[in-house]
Amino acid sequence: MTDQLTRRQLLERAAVGGAAITIPGILAACGSSGTSASGTTVEHTLAKTLHFSNWPLYIDTKGQTFPSLVEFQKKFGVHVDYKQDINDNASFFGKIQGQLRRGQSIGRDIIVMTDNSRYPSLLVRKGWVEKLDKSAIPNIKNLVSVQRHPAWDPNRDYSLPWQSGFTGIAFNDKISDPVLSIDDLFGNPKLKGKVTVLNEMADAMSLVMLSNGDDPAKVTDQTFNKALAKIKKAVDSGQIRQFTGNDYAPLLAKGDLSAAMSWSGDIPQLADPHVHWNLATDGGDTWTDNMLIPTGGNVYTASVYMNYVYNPQVQALMVAGDPKKKIVGIYYIPPVIGAKEVALKVNPSVANNPLIFPTQKMLDNVHLFDPKALNNPKYLAAWQNLISA
Amino acid sequence: LGFFHRHRGSTPYLLLAPGLLFLGVFFLVPLGFLAYQSLQSGTIDFGYSFTWQWSNYWDAMTNYKHQFIRSFVYAGIATLIALVVSYPVAYWIAFRGGRWKNLLLLGIVAPFFVTYLIRTLAWETILADHGLVVNTLRNLHLLGILGQNGRILQTSTAVVAGITYNFLPFMALPLYVSLEQIDARMIEAAEDLYASKLHAFLRVTLPLSLPGVVAGTLLTFIPAAGDFINAQLLGSPENHMIGNVIQSKFLELTDYPAAASMSFILMFIIVVFVLLYARAVGTEQLTG
Repeated sequence: MTDQLTRRQLLERAAVGGAAITIPGILAACGSSGTSASGTTVEHTLAKTLHFSNWPLYIDTKGQTFPSLVEFQKKFGVHVDYKQDINDNASFFGKIQGQLRRGQSIGRDIIVMTDNSRYPSLLVRKGWVEKLDKSAIPNIKNLVSVQRHPAWDPNRDYSLPWQSGFTGIAFNDKISDPVLSIDDLFGNPKLKGKVTVLNEMADAMSLVMLSNGDDPAKVTDQTFNKALAKIKKAVDSGQIRQFTGNDYAPLLAKGDLSAAMSWSGDIPQLADPHVHWNLATDGGDTWTDNMLIPTGGNVYTASVYMNYVYNPQVQALMVAGDPKKKIVGIYYIPPVIGAKEVALKVNPSVANNPLIFPTQKMLDNVHLFDPKALNNPKYLAAWQNLISA
Repeated sequence: LGFFHRHRGSTPYLLLAPGLLFLGVFFLVPLGFLAYQSLQSGTIDFGYSFTWQWSNYWDAMTNYKHQFIRSFVYAGIATLIALVVSYPVAYWIAFRGGRWKNLLLLGIVAPFFVTYLIRTLAWETILADHGLVVNTLRNLHLLGILGQNGRILQTSTAVVAGITYNFLPFMALPLYVSLEQIDARMIEAAEDLYASKLHAFLRVTLPLSLPGVVAGTLLTFIPAAGDFINAQLLGSPENHMIGNVIQSKFLELTDYPAAASMSFILMFIIVVFVLLYARAVGTEQLTG
């Protein structure tokens, strides 16, 4: 009897053990192509397809096609499966974190996430992204110097910037005088109920802290609470109508809003002559979207693509477009040295737009939000309570 | 077939099996995971561990009671309005629709051909500050009563209007089905027995249509209470519902235990509500 029981136990355990060994194996086999997650040896052969997830309206277009990707395929024989499926950092992270946590590939070789959210640094800390193959990216020398050593990835081992932008204030001149400061935005009775604030903590808090004379790069409980109270007061008084992502833009053009906290690239894309964008007089904040290779992505192919977009010729075309070839650019701020010089020849009107190639004065007036504050659960919870309760 | 003959007793179970399996795999198992998660503690950075963290429930109820209450108030008002609006419509289609019945029903369902998000965004245009609706209300001096700060968008009125509109077909269709099934001869009989039109309606038509009312109110109220899109797009932070809080806990804060416990509380309140409602109107109305 005891013999029988132990034999049964043995069989049960063998079955459980077998399942434990094979299930991850099967799951891994079901995942996408690409090199193994451990990645000690990097293959130097290009994959047939590069799986690339990016934000909408964030690449050069010609009608329904993406010229820079077409060109990449011509040059390297790699088809780019380009998905515009990242709408905000948090929900995209929510979608991919389950698989990454189990060590599975998410079927993407490049994803793009913003450094003023906590997610790029979280991905690096968790080990959910692959190291770049820098031997395949000689063009990394073209990376602008301010972007070379972010606190969350000091040597750019895991990430390269895609594009950057500023956060400032936009207003509609049909229904409002120029709105140039946070104090005006929050205090001018003429704007009551016609103002929105961005729902990203780093963007909103940076601008409000600067208006308080505090440094958003070094957040303390005191400066955080002071800024939070200032926003709350404007919510309670009815001055602030809503917290938004980039859905504020059409409301601003329509005239339901007089002014809004706003991302720089949204306004050139809106192309409404009555909507103007400025850095706040007390200063603005800047952020950068970063290309990352999630676990299981094809490191070599992704690195070759990164090298391609860091070629100033390619970058200039992507950012500024080319009116002669009917290519429309991204209109955000490129991280590549030399792109402006090329763009000046091809599309001078865009290249001279300070929202795309900002002036030194603007660059001196923008700040980075404290990366430690981004990961402070107390701050995150307080912020979410303010905007969703 | 021989198999079924030999195991005749088990046939009902075999027929039920696919449905039960589906419910088990796609409802009960995830529900179990959710319950497990709701009692965990920790953060995404350091991982979550199961610690029987009952305080998640207590925190959710104390910190977000306003959002819970608001959800049920908004859902309740929206359900009532949907009932009052769609009953006459369903009645008219059922008894007077004639050969246009199908076309009229299609008219009720037609908005469903457009995605939920787009339908809700359309209300941003309909209720725009300088749009036709708001200007008309302003001229009729009703804006002060319905709106707030001279606008409708980003007020509770807009949120309730959005919910009512989005869930109206869930109310109208069951009402139509139950009204359609009423034998017109019963109403004739009531009138033959000297009941006035009003009496015949109150004593015959209305009670016979109750299963539709019950089904319609439940189908409207339950999803409406958990909705967050309308409050997100048409409301301001003061109008946010518990769905918004759960959404933000799940996706923005990655505080899965808190979000899971809130989902459970919401589910519990709805189940209690359905039981009380069923008790009040009688269970036979639920099953028709």
